[in-house]
Amino acid sequence: MKVPIRWLKEYVDFDLSLEALINRLALAGLEISGVKHWGVPLPDGLKLGADEPYPVWDKDKIVIGLVTKVDKHPDADRLKLPTVEYGAGKTITMVTGAPNLSVGDSGQKVVLALSGAVLFDGHATPKVMKELKPGKIRGIVSEGMVCSGFELGISDDHDGIIILEDDAPVGMPLVEYFGDSIIELDILPNKSRCLAIVGVAREVAAMTGGKLKSNPAKITSFGPNISGKIKVTIQNSSACTRYTASLIEAIKVGPSPAIIKRRLIQSGMRPINSIVDITNYVMLEQGQPLHAFDYDLLCLRANGNTPEIIVRFATTGEKLKTLDGQVRELNSETLVIADSLGAIAIAGLMGGIETEVTEKTTRVLLESANFDFLAIRKTMKSLALPSEAATRFSKGIHPEMVLVGANRAMQLMQEIAQGTAAAGIIDCYPTPLAPQVIDFSLAEARRILGIEIPLEQCRSILTSLEFKVENSGKENLRVTVPTHRLDIQAGVADLLEDIARLYGYDKFPETRLAEQLPPVLIDPELDFERKLKDSLVNLGLQETISYSLTSPEAEAAFLDANKTEYVALQNPISSERNVMRQSLISSIITLVQSNLKHTETVKLFEVGKVYQKVEGQKLPLEPYKLALAIGGPKSSAYWAEGTTNRGTLDFFDLKGIVEGMITGVHLEKTSFANANHPALHPGKTAALFIGDKVAGVFGALHPKLAANLGLEKHEIIAGEFDLQALSLGLPQRYLSKAVSRFPAALRDIAVVVDQSISGQTVANEILAAGGNLLKLFSLFDIYEGDRVPVGTKSLAFALTYQADDRTLTDKEVDKLHKKIEDRLKHILKGQIRGKED
Amino acid sequence: MSDLDSLKARALEELAVCEDESSLKNWNSRYFGKNGEMLTALKKVSELPPESRKEYGKLANLVKEEIYLAYDSALKLCLEQAMLQSLQTDKLDITLPGKIPSSGKLHLATQTLRDIQSTFAEMGFQVFRSREVEEDEFNFGLLNMPLHHPARDMWDTFHTTEPGLILRTHTSPGQIHVMRKFYPEPIRVILPGMCYRYEAITTRSEIMFHQVEGLVVGTNISMTDLKGTITAFTRKMFGDDRKVRIRSSYFPFTEPSIEVDMDCIVCGGRGCPLCKKTGWLEIMGAGMVHPEVMKNGGYDPSIYSGFAFGMGPERIAMLRHAIEDIREFWGNDLRFLSQF
Repeated sequence: MKVPIRWLKEYVDFDLSLEALINRLALAGLEISGVKHWGVPLPDGLKLGADEPYPVWDKDKIVIGLVTKVDKHPDADRLKLPTVEYGAGKTITMVTGAPNLSVGDSGQKVVLALSGAVLFDGHATPKVMKELKPGKIRGIVSEGMVCSGFELGISDDHDGIIILEDDAPVGMPLVEYFGDSIIELDILPNKSRCLAIVGVAREVAAMTGGKLKSNPAKITSFGPNISGKIKVTIQNSSACTRYTASLIEAIKVGPSPAIIKRRLIQSGMRPINSIVDITNYVMLEQGQPLHAFDYDLLCLRANGNTPEIIVRFATTGEKLKTLDGQVRELNSETLVIADSLGAIAIAGLMGGIETEVTEKTTRVLLESANFDFLAIRKTMKSLALPSEAATRFSKGIHPEMVLVGANRAMQLMQEIAQGTAAAGIIDCYPTPLAPQVIDFSLAEARRILGIEIPLEQCRSILTSLEFKVENSGKENLRVTVPTHRLDIQAGVADLLEDIARLYGYDKFPETRLAEQLPPVLIDPELDFERKLKDSLVNLGLQETISYSLTSPEAEAAFLDANKTEYVALQNPISSERNVMRQSLISSIITLVQSNLKHTETVKLFEVGKVYQKVEGQKLPLEPYKLALAIGGPKSSAYWAEGTTNRGTLDFFDLKGIVEGMITGVHLEKTSFANANHPALHPGKTAALFIGDKVAGVFGALHPKLAANLGLEKHEIIAGEFDLQALSLGLPQRYLSKAVSRFPAALRDIAVVVDQSISGQTVANEILAAGGNLLKLFSLFDIYEGDRVPVGTKSLAFALTYQADDRTLTDKEVDKLHKKIEDRLKHILKGQIRGKED
Repeated sequence: MSDLDSLKARALEELAVCEDESSLKNWNSRYFGKNGEMLTALKKVSELPPESRKEYGKLANLVKEEIYLAYDSALKLCLEQAMLQSLQTDKLDITLPGKIPSSGKLHLATQTLRDIQSTFAEMGFQVFRSREVEEDEFNFGLLNMPLHHPARDMWDTFHTTEPGLILRTHTSPGQIHVMRKFYPEPIRVILPGMCYRYEAITTRSEIMFHQVEGLVVGTNISMTDLKGTITAFTRKMFGDDRKVRIRSSYFPFTEPSIEVDMDCIVCGGRGCPLCKKTGWLEIMGAGMVHPEVMKNGGYDPSIYSGFAFGMGPERIAMLRHAIEDIREFWGNDLRFLSQF
């Protein structure tokens, strides 16, 4: 909603700087999204929009002028030489190419810029400011300029110079005549009453203690009564709560007065003709949209009968050519204004071209009606036809506003278009809205707002907003809601809002919650997620968060047999984000891909939801998953270490991260087994088991997929885990082990076994034989090659023997070590290296 | 006797000319090594007649002790001198880069969420999470926005192909879930989570973002409590001297509704590009829980009252770290993420 300050001041006097006004409005719930200036110097203290340059109209150099004659340019057909008077005995002649000034013209009031004036250069885009200097145009000296809106910085229109109203005082500085600031308000849904200058003025009056100057429109004389000249039928009174028709006869349609045109332009609307402009002007001023029909055209359509206005829903397939020249196909949800022949307007949105008011119109049928916001919203959406009127209707207008709008328009049509309003008005208002009365109590104000506002102050705030207030007891008021308010829905709570915002939130104290604390909320999943993330960060991984919206194509290569139907979007922003993801691994691989373009080593993890449809259930499951992905050199290049031989991250680096995570969050009952996953290398993939349940799968990216994704430089190792499944490995508590205070004996063992025997199998046998005294063991070498028989491998372990209660003797250690060797020999048919038989 | 004297004299003489550690070590092995002269001299005692042995042994030990002490202090002196010299010559170029151990980080959004959570935890707020794919009824209807309510225009919504099922546009549906779970207990929770809006992705708007909603319900909760709580939060997050401003606003699920601003952390209120010349930064929307919403959650609004607030962690992070493009968050560029 654009509010020109001069227009606002017609309805309320206030003594605030623009900056102060903007602040006050913002605090009261009317946020300002922008400010535009028409020639006035930048108001003091104003920060908003201060860096957008605009021409400031110099008082002495940009003035109102009178064209006394227009001569022909001797050398150029397109150019003219107007002589402009701008004060007693002050005239000036200049060269112009303005199309709306012709040779022989005189008497027009124009905007004259004298040399030294700073204006936008009419020939430059983007806009540049330029000082006007006397010059020669095709040999003729030109000392000034007649200005267009573009040069003055008030429109983007280059097409012609501004022609002012006839009574514009010659010689007056333009800035005094119509210099202005226009504030743009973001109107919240509960402030739709402020989609009107009067509505904003009412707020300003309440804020400042000023008085609203809203005198009801007075119509001085009437023509013959309207009765018998039009019939109105509302077929669906829930969609059209009220419809009034007035008739204005003997009008002369022409261009609007300059002031109306200017205000329409300031408000972002296009002037058409005086009648259409008046309907728009009244809408901007009062908030009530109006529509004007050419009454004679309605009579013509009625073919001698009394024209009838029927408000009804369109029939499917019904068509109407609207004012913008488009033929629109209507449907059974489109509310239309029709006559006996068919639709003549789309209710609340746009009129039909056939019955529009033109220069030829002499009788106007004025519609001022109230349409249900819901009906208008639906039509607006289905026709994709937003308009100023529809915007207002779609937010709800009180039906009482209908008469306010009609009367104001009739008054202006009399004043401006010399019309005669027919006496009377056809008013179809089947179910009048009952006045809304609310019992207000100070106790409620105390309870919800937490402060003590004197009853008298509450009363005065409500009165300033035009509520009717009666005392009803020491602490109570009986409040009647004014007829421009439809937003009062929650009773006292709504009144409290008006009282609080006008009382001022800055005056509210800050208190601390005194209420007792609620019971403790236990969310083990949240705790687990937090620990998991911390542990992965400690292991050197960077957390990522990617879009949960993806496409089936992007995920196709990554989904295993557990895939479900997608949660799909009806209105995706693009085909790349049209479903909710079912995996994290596909997006994390994409992130590896994008990051490897600029980062050598990438180690990522993500914890997030996937979305799984469940057969027969409306709501999908939203389990949390963990994805891991790494790739690149093991360490970054460092000057003290050289750049070669840094190694490349491989399967065992990711397995190490998984193992680190297991110990980090203390998971138990874990084991690994070979596994398959469509996105992973079949020989380099493992499943993590918790007990006998798979909690996740990880491995090297399948070479084919890697090639498709251009990820061949380094092996990428990735995996996905289910948080719920992982959490099954969480023990109630994990136990500590006492540290032995006795010395440990260290021995190595190297065993040659068949290649098919897994490391885990060997380890299990060592563990089984070692018993309690084998405190630690670790694999430190694997060898396959010339020094062992073909088809075998050598595994070397470092073993630590230690007892908790004594120092082990060499004999004991030898015996135990031998036991392990024997077990490996007998069960795995292994050869102990260095002790070959 | 004179053998020992001459041994001592020679040893000390030779010691005096040792100039470095290695010559000292040589000296040491010459006299105290396996067949060193001193040890040899000591062993000589067994060759002497019994009556001279005692005196010889005594003298030999004295000599041994004397020359060893001399050696020891000479060695110490030598080592100390060597060290002093190395202090002069061993000089690192300390401007060379250090080796940073590779480490991971939490995503900035997670860090910010945790900061918000812990700030509220100190004020007794617990965390309550709820679903993202939500019923229209919970996202709008029960929050006082029946079908076609004009306020629904404030949220551009992703609809799923399942009628009545949408991606939540805010964490507010959690208000209903938590009320229905807690009734009739008092409530003091924050509801963090991912939300979605059908919008063009630009530097300032995203289709997906976190929100942290707060909800307090009890028998004695008022607007001044709301003001106290959010002011405390703002100062804790952004600094002790922050000014907080409350504007009247509108949300369908609160009445009265407010918007909370703080003075701009860049310009302190003078006006700059960050605050779009207003001097104020919007940090959250809030209000007293609407009576209808209270009813929908199961609480009688004539007995209970409450407040709710909502904020965007990404926006808060952007303000704290001067991030100009919200797309950085889900872009997940390590060069961006590793800074936090």
